[in-house]
Amino acid sequence: MKLTQLSLFLENRPGALRLPCQVLGQAGIDILSMSLADTQQFGILRIVVKDSDRARKVLEEAGSVVKATDVLAVEVPDRAGGLADMLGAFEGSGLSIEYIYPLAAGHRGKTAVLLLRVEDPERAAQLLQARNVRVLSREQAFEAVGA
Amino acid sequence: MPTPDPSRRFHPASAPDYVPADQLRGLQLERLQRIVRRAYERVPLFRTRCQERQVSPADLKSLEDLARFPFTLKTDLRDTYPFGLFASPMDEIVRLHASSGTTGKPTVVAYTQGDLDVWTEVMVRSFAACGLHRGDVVQNAYGYGLFTGGLGAHYGAEALGATVIPISGGNTDRQIMVLQDFAVTAICCTPSYFLHLVERAKEMGSDFSRLRAGIFGAEPWSEAMRRRIEADTGVKAYDIYGLSEIIGPGVGIECFAQSGLHVFEDHFYPEVIDPASGEVLPDGAEGELVLTTLSKDAMPMIRYRTRDVTSLIPEPCACGRTIRRIRRIGRRSDDMFIIRGVNVFPSQVETALLAVEGTLPHYQIVLSREKGLDEMEVKVEVTPEVFSDQIRALEALQHKLEQSLDHTLGIRARVTLVGPRTIQRSEGKAKRVIDQRQI
Repeated sequence: MKLTQLSLFLENRPGALRLPCQVLGQAGIDILSMSLADTQQFGILRIVVKDSDRARKVLEEAGSVVKATDVLAVEVPDRAGGLADMLGAFEGSGLSIEYIYPLAAGHRGKTAVLLLRVEDPERAAQLLQARNVRVLSREQAFEAVGA
Repeated sequence: MPTPDPSRRFHPASAPDYVPADQLRGLQLERLQRIVRRAYERVPLFRTRCQERQVSPADLKSLEDLARFPFTLKTDLRDTYPFGLFASPMDEIVRLHASSGTTGKPTVVAYTQGDLDVWTEVMVRSFAACGLHRGDVVQNAYGYGLFTGGLGAHYGAEALGATVIPISGGNTDRQIMVLQDFAVTAICCTPSYFLHLVERAKEMGSDFSRLRAGIFGAEPWSEAMRRRIEADTGVKAYDIYGLSEIIGPGVGIECFAQSGLHVFEDHFYPEVIDPASGEVLPDGAEGELVLTTLSKDAMPMIRYRTRDVTSLIPEPCACGRTIRRIRRIGRRSDDMFIIRGVNVFPSQVETALLAVEGTLPHYQIVLSREKGLDEMEVKVEVTPEVFSDQIRALEALQHKLEQSLDHTLGIRARVTLVGPRTIQRSEGKAKRVIDQRQI
């Protein structure tokens, strides 16, 4: 039910983003999805790759600080109100979403797959399934991006 | 059955550490009278200063009388550069050392053969106090050369009967290879360099499980840093104290009790003074350490002001040594800086950073002046332990570090989180403070 996301600390200066991307490229690791959070001082690069263990190893060897976190891959109908419906699953639960970013956008107008970072992924998955929202397995999530 | 602790074993070289106090005082006075007379007769600067104060060697009837004599300052060595304070002719001087000389001319120090023998003796007693003995393999990563650290530790460890690896400083990967392959049991280096070695050794997957003691000195470090070194590596971390003006390393050392540093006061007579008034303070009071060499002929130092802040501990130590201890020196007044009227020691910054859970002490202080106002920035490297995928967690860490600094120093400092290994590592003394202020 859960995907491993890797987060990297980046200093806010030119070239900081390219370095880890190069390291992954040289190791032949494809970035399936990414999101970049930034502040005035530093940034956090969050990525999803197929072989997160190997990616983590090569990044750490290159001197990066890496943290692995579980995220949920959730299928959302690509239509007006689709995201609002999905988020309805959390209403009244007190469960807060830390951040969301897309894994695969539904360019044929069918479904999109979003990555959700929540404090309690188990409970979040139960709430989503109770509302008939599809939470994808690792394999299904990778299939959605053709990996 | 608990294994016997080798650090508690008595070593015959340590016998002078246990001389009864009254006997020691007698020996000190005898040696002091001789050395003050020698300096008076042979060093013009000292004689002139004594005459100005209307004091002569004949006035030295008790140890307390030393307080009437003038101080020697670091600037005296510079002003008389290079040989002005020597009390022996060059044909009796067998060795010269010099300070790193970060500000202008270096300070030069000299040794007769007898002085070198004293130095070796106190280094043997230092290593013995740390539980080292014949059979130990000592990796000496202090720099060899003009700096006293390398050769001082070298001859001491050799005279002890240990196996010495004179690897000197630098070349970290080779240090780690030797540490592992030569089954090293003790290492001599600066504490910041040891942290650097450990960090790299972990990356390389090296085994240094045979290493049991570290003799760390040449820079101030904190109790918190010791706890971290010991918890992370299982190596017992001993603080060694010394300065080239007095002899080099081996002025004082911790024993297994690690509760203050024993001063080899049969060779180095300690006083603690009020740095402002110059008055001698009673035992236990904190002030500036002043040292007088009791048995060094080539360059007697009478009442040398070390600028190191400490206090004398007169109470007997758990180890049974009768020589007094000084509290470990967490701060030197020469790496102290003043920001917005507040005196700050880098060791205080270290304490503040370590108080925030999980922060390794890789940091750097940057001082700048913006629109006439001093700013203090502390760069702190992010470690896997404290890193989070959430912006607010990192911002909270930053805030916690700033609060801790504010709490410890009483001034606001800006904390900047920086990437791992972006702060330059030291192969010798750590460059903790970058002062960019144009004063």
